[in-house]
Amino acid sequence: MAELNTDDGGGGGKHGGKVKAKKSSTKIDMTPMVDLAFLLLTFFMLTTTFSKPQAMEINMPVKDKVEDPPKIPGNQTLTLLLSDKNRIYYYMGADDPNLPPTVEYTTFANNGIRKLLIDKNKEINKTYDKVESLKKEFLDGKIDEKKYKVEKNKVVGDKKALIVLIKADEQSNYKNLVDILDEMSICNIGRYAIVDITTSETDMIKNVVVQ
Amino acid sequence: MPKIKMPRSSPSLDMTPMVDLAFLLVTFFMLTTQFRADEPVIVDTPSSIALTKIPEADLITVIIDDKGKVFFNFDGKERRASVLQKMGTKYAVNFTPDQIYKFSILTSFGMPIQEMPKFLSLTQTEQKAYYQELEKAGRKGIPSDSLKNELKDWVFNARISNPKYRVAIKGDGKAKYPVVKQVISTLQDNKVNKFNFVTDMEAEP
Repeated sequence: MAELNTDDGGGGGKHGGKVKAKKSSTKIDMTPMVDLAFLLLTFFMLTTTFSKPQAMEINMPVKDKVEDPPKIPGNQTLTLLLSDKNRIYYYMGADDPNLPPTVEYTTFANNGIRKLLIDKNKEINKTYDKVESLKKEFLDGKIDEKKYKVEKNKVVGDKKALIVLIKADEQSNYKNLVDILDEMSICNIGRYAIVDITTSETDMIKNVVVQ
Repeated sequence: MPKIKMPRSSPSLDMTPMVDLAFLLVTFFMLTTQFRADEPVIVDTPSSIALTKIPEADLITVIIDDKGKVFFNFDGKERRASVLQKMGTKYAVNFTPDQIYKFSILTSFGMPIQEMPKFLSLTQTEQKAYYQELEKAGRKGIPSDSLKNELKDWVFNARISNPKYRVAIKGDGKAKYPVVKQVISTLQDNKVNKFNFVTDMEAEP
């Protein structure tokens, strides 16, 4: 927005005689400065990144422990097998060669794995409902954050709560792993582990009829 | 009836408040902005609802790109120099002081240690071309398989230089699981059983 020169050229011929000194305007042209300011503003606005990446905490067991793996009760164990095409194959209970479990598959959609996990977590020891009611109490301000965390850990870490074993095969990718770990925290599952897949389980995946 | 003269108003308007605001915003953005370090790979991390922030200092980052190549980064100028020297001693690779200095100001890197001296003597633009050359030769990324695991030594030496280091894995969503598993198992070999996955933010459902 350039300043327009509106005065009519100083003392004209009308008055004659006296020579008036030209009164110079006290305003300076700010246009270039403003241009520059906005250029810089645009540059910084476009280059800046506000959202710092988040981090998901993972705890793995110590590797070279010689002791036997803890015995897991079969009726509260859900095994998830991550495979290609973003499919999750799953079965309840132990992989007993004499009594092969029925394997089904689902996807990462909201009504797929999340529904399954929430249903299972409701069915077994009602963990999901207990955590949700705790969360509600916390949001209503009835209990403070510290108590909420302690109580929540107690509920999700309960001996009778659902155990999820996550086993990813060669075809699955990193996104699948992060997604499934994320589902664990969404579905209030506290007892889960990332375990290596066994050969009998890779065979299971092959044998599942894909519709 | 005499005509009513309208006062002639000047077409210029007072820009001062606007300029004030513009400069205020410029100052704000200048002070808050953080430039992203120039990394050799672009990684598209998956998103999660996790709310923990990754620490800004004392951090080792293991980057896995979409093709499963592993890159490594850790902070601290002096520490980087000492770690590189230790790695050089272990693998019998010699570095000149100039190369060590260049390494200390570098960000993430991913190549076998044998390629390191040549890489460090190049300029920044040449380094980019060198990565492409390495990729063609199939030597891009830090060797991290069971036969030749240089990643293990990098993690080991970095953690000796600063035991406070925390480890974060920054993987591309498309990276295959076996590579991730190999990296995790390498960390476990170094007794790092607690680490972070770097993810993007996502709203809780």
